[in-house]
Amino acid sequence: MVGAACALYASRAGLDVILVDRGPVAGGTTGAGEGNLLVSDKEPGPELALALLSTGLWAGLAEEFGTAVEYEAKGGVVVASSTGGLTALEEFAQGQRAAGVLAEPLAPHALYDLEPHLAPGLPGGVHYPQDSQVMPALAAAHLIRGSGARLLTGHTVTAVLRTPGGAVRGVRTDRGDLLAPAVVNAAGTWGGDLAALAGTHLPVLPRRGFVLVTEPLPRRVRHKVYAADYVADVASDSAALQTSPVVEGTAAGPVLIGASRERVGFDRTYSLPALRALAAGATRLFPFLADVHALRAYLGFRPYLPDHLPAIGPDPRVPGLHHACGHEGAGIGLATATGHLIAQVLTGHPPDLDLAPFRPDRFTEESA
Amino acid sequence: MTDRCPGRDAPHLAVIGAGPAGLAAALAAAARGVRVTLLDAEPEAGGQFYRQPAAALRARRPQALHHQWRTFARLRHGLARHIAAGRVRHAREHHVWFAERAPDGGFTVHALTGPGRGDPAEVRADAVLLATGGHETVLPFPGWTLPGVVTAGGAQAMLKAGLVTSGNTAVVAGTGPLLLPVATGLAAAGVDVRALVESADPGALPRQARALAAQPGKLAEGALYAGQLLRHRVRVLTRHTVVEAHGTERLEAVTVAALDAGGRTRPGTARRIACATLAVGHGMLPHTDLADALGCRLAGPAVHADDEQRTDVPGVWAAGECTGVGGAALSLAEGHIAGRSAAARLLGAPPGPDAWPEAARTRARLRAFSAVLDAVYTPPPGWGERVTDATVVCRCEEVTAGAIRASVRELGAGDVRTVKLLTRAGMGWCQGRMCAPAVAGLAGCAFTPSRRPFARPVPLGVLARAGEDAGGDGGRAEDQGEGDGRAAGAGG
Ligand SMILES: Cc1cc2nc3c(=O)[nH]c(=O)nc-3n(C[C@H](O)[C@H](O)[C@H](O)COP(=O)(O)OP(=O)(O)OC[C@H]3O[C@@H](n4cnc5c(N)ncnc54)[C@H](O)[C@@H]3O)c2cc1C
Ligand SMILES: Cc1cc2nc3c(=O)[nH]c(=O)nc-3n(C[C@H](O)[C@H](O)[C@H](O)COP(=O)(O)OP(=O)(O)OC[C@H]3O[C@@H](n4cnc5c(N)ncnc54)[C@H](O)[C@@H]3O)c2cc1C
Repeated sequence: MVGAACALYASRAGLDVILVDRGPVAGGTTGAGEGNLLVSDKEPGPELALALLSTGLWAGLAEEFGTAVEYEAKGGVVVASSTGGLTALEEFAQGQRAAGVLAEPLAPHALYDLEPHLAPGLPGGVHYPQDSQVMPALAAAHLIRGSGARLLTGHTVTAVLRTPGGAVRGVRTDRGDLLAPAVVNAAGTWGGDLAALAGTHLPVLPRRGFVLVTEPLPRRVRHKVYAADYVADVASDSAALQTSPVVEGTAAGPVLIGASRERVGFDRTYSLPALRALAAGATRLFPFLADVHALRAYLGFRPYLPDHLPAIGPDPRVPGLHHACGHEGAGIGLATATGHLIAQVLTGHPPDLDLAPFRPDRFTEESA
Repeated sequence: MTDRCPGRDAPHLAVIGAGPAGLAAALAAAARGVRVTLLDAEPEAGGQFYRQPAAALRARRPQALHHQWRTFARLRHGLARHIAAGRVRHAREHHVWFAERAPDGGFTVHALTGPGRGDPAEVRADAVLLATGGHETVLPFPGWTLPGVVTAGGAQAMLKAGLVTSGNTAVVAGTGPLLLPVATGLAAAGVDVRALVESADPGALPRQARALAAQPGKLAEGALYAGQLLRHRVRVLTRHTVVEAHGTERLEAVTVAALDAGGRTRPGTARRIACATLAVGHGMLPHTDLADALGCRLAGPAVHADDEQRTDVPGVWAAGECTGVGGAALSLAEGHIAGRSAAARLLGAPPGPDAWPEAARTRARLRAFSAVLDAVYTPPPGWGERVTDATVVCRCEEVTAGAIRASVRELGAGDVRTVKLLTRAGMGWCQGRMCAPAVAGLAGCAFTPSRRPFARPVPLGVLARAGEDAGGDGGRAEDQGEGDGRAAGAGG
């Protein structure tokens, strides 16, 4: 997704772009996650600023690609499960409002007006109208097609070519060299490996997530609904399993329930405890789901950096190398701003956001 | 319930699937002192082969196939004996949706049972033996979604339910040795089988004389089918294919044509055959879902198993068609070996290298035979070209061949998974079990079994409580009724 967005904005900025992937389009984490474009789960700070910029850009792209990428500005509803939780949630929302987020407190009746099938007895929540959604694989595919960039799937980058002075001059793939004065590392969870090929260091690590998919249903979950404890999970440093019921209906009918977060390396075995926790969380929020069948589950590996912020921008250690990876559980949402900022940097324009928090060289070797 | 079951402290093996492989495995293990729970989705043991309707079996019962019926009678009798002795519990109508390694080293098998398959049942065991067989594959062609077009297995089911009867007309088409028994079964039930349309050239078989000569039973079986077809005046068209199925509300006729050496239809050979039923089959694919969820390595489309039928996950065996398609007799041999190996290892007496020479010889012979068949009965290379853009390929999500082709040509899809993501092909109720080989073929990429953690759809309410300690809250009557769970848990 991130590579697709970089290709789109760079092409539109007038650059000649080649997009290289060892697999097919959306064969990495983009094809293994969900497509929530969220501001609701982010606390004020650089990531929220990136998300707000992205939200506007996605809305713009939606006019062009809207139905093809299944864009839906459905809004999010964050639910508190206790009165104490509600107080914390409202304080959190207040901070977000100050940063420019639309966040409307919901009294119980308003909550049930928005989501009539929620479990009874919930104290309230917050409505986030800016939260929206795309289908990630379609989004990546259509942005790439719309970019006009040359797409080389099935090409594995095996080396980053550099001049005697150390500047980047292209990449070597298993099917030939591609010369270019600038290389963007949008290799997601494998961004650390690509950085290593360029002789530099970027500690991207995998964080496993599962998503449950139900049988198709008539729309009964209208927004993206989740419990407030999700926010704590996103910012958490814990390696233990943390699940929160993020429930949403999709245009195609199935309800998606995700996502768990575990640091278990690239372990591809299906974990019943993780799936069970997702199901339990979802049925707690929406009791009617207990009788709905899960048809499948899928898993992916989010790319994360130790401080949970992506790496965006030029790498001062390797002239010509740019990074656009490490977006963890928000790479679909943050892709547009990332692509836009990368295009600005590549064309010598001052970026719309301060890139300092996203500097790729902010990690020392030991912090990995 | 059996009180005072003799093998109460004996190691416990869960066998999933009660077809030839699972039956043979359960009997072999139980006879050697292992406690067995045999789970199967069907109300009766027997699997795909022995589940065939009486008429179809009767048609083949005289002469050469008589011994197969006797084999089944023996297996059934053996099962009843072990059940009576408390060595085997037959969990009928148990749809297994997941199997997992338990933290204590044993395994938990999760099933759905009861009316509407809504009740959870969990079986704790020291080892698991997968004998889940395979499923049929059908490659699409224009008109294949018309009512009246069924799979080979579907035709058998229709026979059983009395839905096709004397006086009906049918064509049997596709490729593979299963078409013969289906055609004879239909003909024996009085159906007017207008043609058996086989795209391969079975004439190529005798050239593989060496492997075949080692397999007299199979030859006799083939000869018998040929005789039956002759007797029922079924015309056999080899190197032919169904090009299109016609009909408005339902099937009325098919167009068949001859194939050239490159798998393309020969101009001027098309002819129309009126029929009410078309039974099509293009072979079988192994069920790999449960094995994959357990973390077992796959070998191509099948579960990998070693000489003892062990998977690469300790404590998990696999036998029969889930390890590769090769017919009922091969499943029996593999099941027998798997059951004996599991028993020996669970009882702490690892088998020697030559522990079951006879079964091993049978298995080797039948595998050689099925390798020969596989080489001959492959779908004709040109099948994809005959699938028009408007033809629906994934029936669950109504995805056309045109959409699949466009996802590759225009959107950069490159494997079954990304075609699925970009078109929804394979995302519906059957999860691509039916269409994945066709999608791969049309997309021009290799078929790889997709990962489906749930072998069956599971209600979220059941999933949310799966693996809860059965003894803990006392609230799950179904689990406690199983009995096995807690005893095995305590022992493992
Ligand atoms: C379960 C789950 C749920 C999620 N839900 C959401 C959500 O709701 N909203 C959201 O915004 N995000 C979500 N995410 C996160 C999101 O999926 C990721 O952040 C995003 O997909 C990352 O995109 P990417 O382009 O950086 O990485 P990828 O999609 O992984 O792309 C990287 C590409 O680089 C290629 N590559 C790597 N190495 C090489 C090489 N040497 N040569 C050539 N190519 C190479 C790979 O093949 C791959 O295609 C979720 C993730 C998971 C796992
Ligand atoms: C129409 C037709 C005709 C055939 N004719 C012949 C013939 O003439 N000669 C011949 O040799 N072979 C024939 N075969 C092939 C033969 O049926 C198979 O080779 C044989 O049945 C394979 O045995 P198995 O034990 O490996 O699997 P199966 O017989 O398929 O048994 C697998 C069992 O596992 C159960 N199961 C699977 N998944 C689950 C789950 N998740 N939960 C619970 N239970 C599960 C199934 O219900 C089934 O009972 C025919 C097959 C078909 C479809």
